[in-house]
Amino acid sequence: MEYSEKVMDHFANPRNVGTIEDADAVGEVGNAKCGDIMKMYLKINDEGVITDIKFKTFGCGAAVATSSMATEMVKGKTIQDALQLTNKAVAEALDGLPPVKMHCSVLAEEAIHAAIADYYKRKGMDPVAMMGTCDMDCANCGGHH
Amino acid sequence: MERIVYSDNAATTPISKNVYEAMIPYLTDRYGNPSSLYARGREEKKAVDQARIYTAEIINADPSEIIFTSGGSEADNLAIKGLLFSRQLPKNKKHIITSKIEHHAILHTCEFLERIGYTVTYLDVDNQGHIDLEQLENAITDDTALVSVMAANNEIGTIQDLKAIADICHKKGTLFHTDAVQAVGHMKLDVKEMGIDMLSMASHKVRGPKGVGALYCRKGIILEPLIHGGGQERGLRSGTENVAGIVGFGEALRYAKENMDEYLPYVKSLTDHLIEEVTKIPYTQLTGDPVNRLPGTASFVIECIEGESLILLLDLNGIATSTGSACSTGSLDPSHVLMSIGLPHEIAHGSLRVTLGEQNTMEDVDYIIEKINAVVTRLRDMSPVWEEKMNGQPSLKLFDK
Repeated sequence: MEYSEKVMDHFANPRNVGTIEDADAVGEVGNAKCGDIMKMYLKINDEGVITDIKFKTFGCGAAVATSSMATEMVKGKTIQDALQLTNKAVAEALDGLPPVKMHCSVLAEEAIHAAIADYYKRKGMDPVAMMGTCDMDCANCGGHH
Repeated sequence: MERIVYSDNAATTPISKNVYEAMIPYLTDRYGNPSSLYARGREEKKAVDQARIYTAEIINADPSEIIFTSGGSEADNLAIKGLLFSRQLPKNKKHIITSKIEHHAILHTCEFLERIGYTVTYLDVDNQGHIDLEQLENAITDDTALVSVMAANNEIGTIQDLKAIADICHKKGTLFHTDAVQAVGHMKLDVKEMGIDMLSMASHKVRGPKGVGALYCRKGIILEPLIHGGGQERGLRSGTENVAGIVGFGEALRYAKENMDEYLPYVKSLTDHLIEEVTKIPYTQLTGDPVNRLPGTASFVIECIEGESLILLLDLNGIATSTGSACSTGSLDPSHVLMSIGLPHEIAHGSLRVTLGEQNTMEDVDYIIEKINAVVTRLRDMSPVWEEKMNGQPSLKLFDK
């Protein structure tokens, strides 16, 4: 199994690592039993734009790299655009992932969705109404994606 | 990169200079076939015989009890299948006993035999990796053909009580095989004193070349060969001998036997220092038996980080190590050894194995210690699990499912 140079770059020099104290949304997915947990912190302004994003990840090289890449890809985007981010796009942006590591990119997508679901909840809105239900077999976000 | 440190000697070892030099003639001028009658062949036969003597000597066997193979896996396969398929074995003997922490060369061979009608008992191990001798004794029946328990574990380094196991096997009328791939050259082994009936070894774990190994099979035990053909190795392993490989293996074992008393305490002193320092890292523990362990093996679990990340970051610092984390096995489960000693998944994911050899120095070890500390700090800084632990929050995610 070999990682692409881009994966190694994002693993060795991850972008946006950390936490945001006054985050407008926090999403956490995965579980330690399976070896991956991603937690994402978002700052979202009144226009619904993600102005800042930070992550913390417990996991393998691919988990760290996909977290890093996913945060880069949604930073500065609107929530609506961020919700369009697919795991495939994250994997492609990293010049591909080994097949056994594709689930890490799924986790990155889920982490962003979980954070946005949290944002809607904090705003008193029903995430399911805003985002639809989840068709992924993960139960990481209570069916809110 | 400041430094290159190879510290994954349980995976393989660097070929030593004396081994390399011993092999060169057999890769150049001495190309004869040991089965040939003329001079260019007789010399090669002599070299193979000399290697057989060295191989026998390190375990106190007779040279006629050594069968050269392509490595440890073939030796394990030959011991188990060779015995179970032997025409001399009574028909009812279709039961094998092994442990849950064996190498896959044993476990997958046993699983194959189960698929074709044999039965296998997999012994549990305690939290240090020792089998339960009482469970072993109770598991042996009249149908038991063989008990196979590894001498020393490749992941956690725990050494089994081979003599006690052999005694039980013989008392109950069955044979005892041990996979000693990690043990030969790394601890004293005496097949006569310990009562070992068959023993597997591999050259590349003792600074010999890859692709060669041996099975010791006590006189009187009849095996069926896995490879039929020209009848080399007393008909037990056909195929023209890997002369250069066998010569290199023999030289590696000669060196090991002669120098073991010097290098084993040295390697152990390196490992002891490493263990002492690494276990100072909070929420870090040594796995395996702290005393009866291979002198070069240090295996840890470091909480709240994941093993593959750790290995990759150490690699970026020039340090070669390994892990039993799931992410390295390509499945969701950490290694079967770490599971069998009772580690929870979430702890086993943070496993790190450092295996030192004679070629390592104390400076290497200090460098490894420094980098493990730095890398663990870095990974914990980005670990949400660590953050929760430090904030005293119950880590619910740790133990769900």
